[in-house]
Amino acid sequence: MQILKDKLRIDFMGKRKLALIISFILIVVSLISVVARGLNLGIDFTGGTLVEVGYSESKELEKVRQALAASGLDDAIVQHFGTTRDVLIRLPVLDTDRDKSMLSSRIIRALDPTGSPEVKRVEFVGPQVGGELRDKGGLAMLYALVGILIYVALRFEWRFSLGSVAALVHDVILVVGFFSLTQVEFDLTVLAALLAVIGYSLNDTIVVFDRIRENFRRTRKDIPVQVINESINQTISRTLITSITTLLVLVALFLFGGEVIHAFSIALIVGVIVGTYSSIYVASTSLLALKVSKEHLMPVAKEAGSDDGSQV
Amino acid sequence: MAVAPLNRYPLWKYLLILAVIAVIGLYTLPNLYPDIPAIQVSHSSGTLDASTLPTLQRALQKQGIRVQGEDQENNRILLRFANTEQQLQAFEVSKEALDGRHIVALNLATSVPGWLRVIGATPMNLGLDLRGGVHFLLQVDMKAAGAKAINNYAASFRVNLREAKIRRFAATHAGNEARVRFRDAASRDAGLDVLREEYGNELDFSEEESRDGFYLVAKINEETLREIQSLAIQQNIQTLRNRVNELGVAEPVIQQQGAERIVVQLPGVQDTAQAKEILGATATVEFRMVNEQSDPFEADETGRIPPGSILYYERDNKNPILLKREVMLTGDSIINANSGFDENGLPAVIITLDGKGASRFSKVTAENIKKLMAVVFIDNKTVLINRDGKQIRKTVKSEEVVSVARIQEQLGKRFQIEGLDSTHEALKLALLLRAGALAAPVEIVEERTVGPSLGQQNIDLGRKSIIIGFLLVMVFMVVYYRMFGIAADLALAANLVLIIGIMSLIPGATLTLPGIAGIVLTVGMAVDANVLIFERVREELRNGNSPQASIQAGYSKALSTIADANVTTLIAAVVLFIFGTGPIKGFAVTLSIGIVCSMFTAIMGTRALVNLYYGSRKSPKLAV
Repeated sequence: MQILKDKLRIDFMGKRKLALIISFILIVVSLISVVARGLNLGIDFTGGTLVEVGYSESKELEKVRQALAASGLDDAIVQHFGTTRDVLIRLPVLDTDRDKSMLSSRIIRALDPTGSPEVKRVEFVGPQVGGELRDKGGLAMLYALVGILIYVALRFEWRFSLGSVAALVHDVILVVGFFSLTQVEFDLTVLAALLAVIGYSLNDTIVVFDRIRENFRRTRKDIPVQVINESINQTISRTLITSITTLLVLVALFLFGGEVIHAFSIALIVGVIVGTYSSIYVASTSLLALKVSKEHLMPVAKEAGSDDGSQV
Repeated sequence: MAVAPLNRYPLWKYLLILAVIAVIGLYTLPNLYPDIPAIQVSHSSGTLDASTLPTLQRALQKQGIRVQGEDQENNRILLRFANTEQQLQAFEVSKEALDGRHIVALNLATSVPGWLRVIGATPMNLGLDLRGGVHFLLQVDMKAAGAKAINNYAASFRVNLREAKIRRFAATHAGNEARVRFRDAASRDAGLDVLREEYGNELDFSEEESRDGFYLVAKINEETLREIQSLAIQQNIQTLRNRVNELGVAEPVIQQQGAERIVVQLPGVQDTAQAKEILGATATVEFRMVNEQSDPFEADETGRIPPGSILYYERDNKNPILLKREVMLTGDSIINANSGFDENGLPAVIITLDGKGASRFSKVTAENIKKLMAVVFIDNKTVLINRDGKQIRKTVKSEEVVSVARIQEQLGKRFQIEGLDSTHEALKLALLLRAGALAAPVEIVEERTVGPSLGQQNIDLGRKSIIIGFLLVMVFMVVYYRMFGIAADLALAANLVLIIGIMSLIPGATLTLPGIAGIVLTVGMAVDANVLIFERVREELRNGNSPQASIQAGYSKALSTIADANVTTLIAAVVLFIFGTGPIKGFAVTLSIGIVCSMFTAIMGTRALVNLYYGSRKSPKLAV
């Protein structure tokens, strides 16, 4: 079976201006949203208390709210989680509490009149820990990008390195923008997903780059637009197939993996779609903008033949 | 022209691939056996007596409880039972049959057969988000530890300076420094000499002058401060360990994390309020004089306690003992307690007191020479009580006499408790005294609790999404790549076996919910290598190459691409592992293992299958 025709000749690069405009608009919208609306950060990053309880029958949120208010916990955010039997209660860090970690016990006691629900999950993150997780997350992202920058520069060339990192930054901004626009909660698992997106999107980019390098070395004509177009056409069916298989499992994870990893699978689904697009348009367009040419890619005399089995 | 066949593997290569999958596959087997209710018995000293197991067996037999199997290894006994009901019964019986220094805990044992356990095959460790339990991150208040130390120093200064006959000074402390005010420069210089001789290694001194006098400012130096902080952490870890043992938790984790934090993980514990109280409370010790005039046994029996006395019990033999009401000394005066030997080479505990405690203590002991003194250890203990047939844990304040000794002479800043039975006894008493010395307070800065039902739910959901994702990808690959797709599917199955096998093999690896997500993601991404290869093979065929040459070229040309693509993903995974915490680390681990395994199965594994199927034919029609 085949999805695409044998010899594709789509002029991908011919539409790069349009793609550039789309990417630009999306990035601007994402950034504006992050600045204006911000992210709905989970307690992993803000600090706070979260309690998930399960009732034996479905529960009206208003009753839960009243019970909490009766115990002076008016600030609680109460919502259903997955089913109407499960209720999630969230409270920010209260400065007035002497022992901040005891807040969850207060919540659980306050819920007793609503029918003594089963406590399924309690999370408490102190403000200093939240701040640390935030810093650590940002640093992790930075280190991953730098590590990739170095690896690609060593294996390819600095233009490719910049191109791939441009694509990654593009992906990260768009995924974060998506979370800001939809206000889906951004927690630690989303951060992990973001790093997985970086890995995935890069994977895609590398495959295209590998082919671009191969074709540059083989071609006699040194017309970058043509070489890049040809390379993308040659790899497009692999790019799509892999995206499809990955999306298949991600959708399975989204539908059956449970509420806890919903945000995680959403981040990856958006990331895979954006990453597939960016490896074609952002990464390759950057190469063109950086004026990549045949001479940049000829193997250094001594290494010729030994470093690359792909030259036949 | 005779050419060696392109697509043949030598026999050893096939065998190697088979062997790797078979051996690692063997280690995945334990995950298929269900867990069995069990109780775990260990001893607070770390070593179990040989008589413990027979004692247990006799006690259980008497109650008619059948033990399904028993193991003794690494100084713990594991007894398996047919059902939870028998397990709970046995738990009660065992607690009664053994003395209080044994730790009895409810646990789950694997039903993995002996031949698998012989080769070290065990099931994967499950994270707390899958098995249920409590995770706490405790922050030790280092500022308080430093402040308490400086307070001790300031108090000691007074004693030292008074002993050196220096008059008219005032020692105060604030924040991280102690200040001593003198009337004139001469007495300050004299004071400096005295203090520097005593504390030169621990404190940095400086001088200050102002209108109201001449000051000496002392600060704890870096090295000593580090020592104090590390001691504070150690002390807290020790106290926590004692308490967790009392809780009866199987396989607890209590570890230092970073410079000032402690991780406590209690699998299976659900009552978090209870756990928090226990972890947050501080233990202490008190020194009291023994009332030697009255008979403690009589008081215990009749309930008539002589005025001015309190009835206590000894920790080890549970004998009653009457102590005077007045407290001579409390734990917060103890700076340190170490086990060692007295001048006769017998085990002893050497105690160091702070200045204030020392001056008070020397006065009281001078009045009570040749009399008995007792050390009372006060802690918040957890006991199991039976209420309406339900096991309920309750905290009670426990006060026990841990040591009784005769005062031989007036005691000062450093003294020792002698007449202990063994070095082990000395070690234990020193530990209790240190635990009772007021360590720096701890605060819970992070808590993650997962109830057992949610844990099981997470396991079920995880398993379901792996299976569904797996099937979807498999069907897709067969439909799209036919014969080659089947090879990729077999490789994918092998990949899953390898991931689970390796996760079970690595002792420290823990499967978490994000870890399961990592496996699911790997399933999707692992076929990428095959997609790359198969697309390349198709391309070669389109370019008019022979089937055999296309297979060869497809695999070899795709190789460097696959390597590059995977290394970069691995970089992201490693960064995630270094910076991630808890469950996130689990994601990085399964992702990394999955990527590495997929290189093996997707490249070597599928090649072997393709070679087997097509390799010997001259010009096969490739179903790709």
